[in-house]
Amino acid sequence: MNPALWVDVVLAVMLVGLAVAVLRARELFVSIMLFVAWGLLLALAWARLSAPDVALAEAALGAGLTGALLLGAARALGGTSTKGDAP
Amino acid sequence: MMRLHRVILALLLAAFGWLLARAFVSLPASPPHLADAVTAQMDQSGVTHPLTAVLLNFRGYDTLLEIGVLLLAGLAALAVSGSATTTPRAELLDRPAVLLGLVRVLMPVLVVVAFYILWIGSYRPGGAFQAGSILGAGGVLLVLAGVVDGARVRLALRMILGFGFLVFLLVSATVMAGGRALLEYPVPYAGLLILLIECAATLSIGAILTLLFLGVVAKEEAS
Amino acid sequence: MNQAEIYLAAALGIMLIGLYGLFTQPHLLRKLIALNLFGSGIFLVYVAVARRIAGETPDPVPHAMVLTGIVISVSATALGLVLARRVKTLTGGTELPPPVEPEP
Repeated sequence: MNPALWVDVVLAVMLVGLAVAVLRARELFVSIMLFVAWGLLLALAWARLSAPDVALAEAALGAGLTGALLLGAARALGGTSTKGDAP
Repeated sequence: MMRLHRVILALLLAAFGWLLARAFVSLPASPPHLADAVTAQMDQSGVTHPLTAVLLNFRGYDTLLEIGVLLLAGLAALAVSGSATTTPRAELLDRPAVLLGLVRVLMPVLVVVAFYILWIGSYRPGGAFQAGSILGAGGVLLVLAGVVDGARVRLALRMILGFGFLVFLLVSATVMAGGRALLEYPVPYAGLLILLIECAATLSIGAILTLLFLGVVAKEEAS
Repeated sequence: MNQAEIYLAAALGIMLIGLYGLFTQPHLLRKLIALNLFGSGIFLVYVAVARRIAGETPDPVPHAMVLTGIVISVSATALGLVLARRVKTLTGGTELPPPVEPEP
């Protein structure tokens, strides 16, 4: 296998693993932070897939703005320490 | 959620996943080469970046409706949260020094970068949506720093909300005056029209995103 | 195994994880996060398919669709959050009310 593909394999595994971690996090705040990190990893994946415009939009909107919206709503909903439903 | 329900859900998802995997595996070996079709027509589109050509010209109808959907979301957020006008920062520290200093440094940079990305979208990766999201991020920063606050700003933002959609609609309709179809820009003016639409769209997108953030974050007045 | 196939497999996993989270998480915000994961998984499918034939320039039409999708995803999330706040104001809770047992 082409050695450059190992980057993609690692990135793909991290994407899936981090997605599981987002949903299994106990605190809502941690979940949102992990989701922002996941969005940035996804922007890396777009860059690897030769989609630079999508990477720009994902980093700004998907990770950045969605993260800000979620944090703002979490605070407004009365606390970021609500426990998650452990699956 | 009951144990049994979770198991059934997992089985259903596994079946769905298996169907999807079969679909992925059976993708045709030689897909239609739309990239070549786009490159062949690009000198008629007025820009040199293929994605902008697709987004603003070849599939401009989708983008028009997308801006419409964004506008609708902004209006709906305004409608549902209309009575809430106090932003949280107003209750906290009076003058958060570091944040204000950061805003002073960052805002000009953000505006310049946003307009650069807007301009360069015709030639390189970039365009209206990326630039609009940068302006939206600037708006969020202003809200968080307490610079922008309350009902007065919402009125100002509301004026800009529909601007992008309006300009896009007007341009796409007036080109019909020459006997063309909707959104069929005349070739010598295509680049200019696309830039005009993108400028208006950038401003609107920034305003809508800021308003969405305000709608999510603002508190009701304590009665 | 080429690059696109790796991401297609990851996209499949992400979609299933997002769907599972959407159905099982009771808290409204977590539901929205799971919905975002699911949506991004679908975008990954699009862009991976656009990149499938190695050695050629990627197809810009799916990229345009994904760009549109990201913007609409953000506005849907924002609207969902505003509605979640409304639910909190009206019912005092951050979860959907449990289903009402039908009268026998």
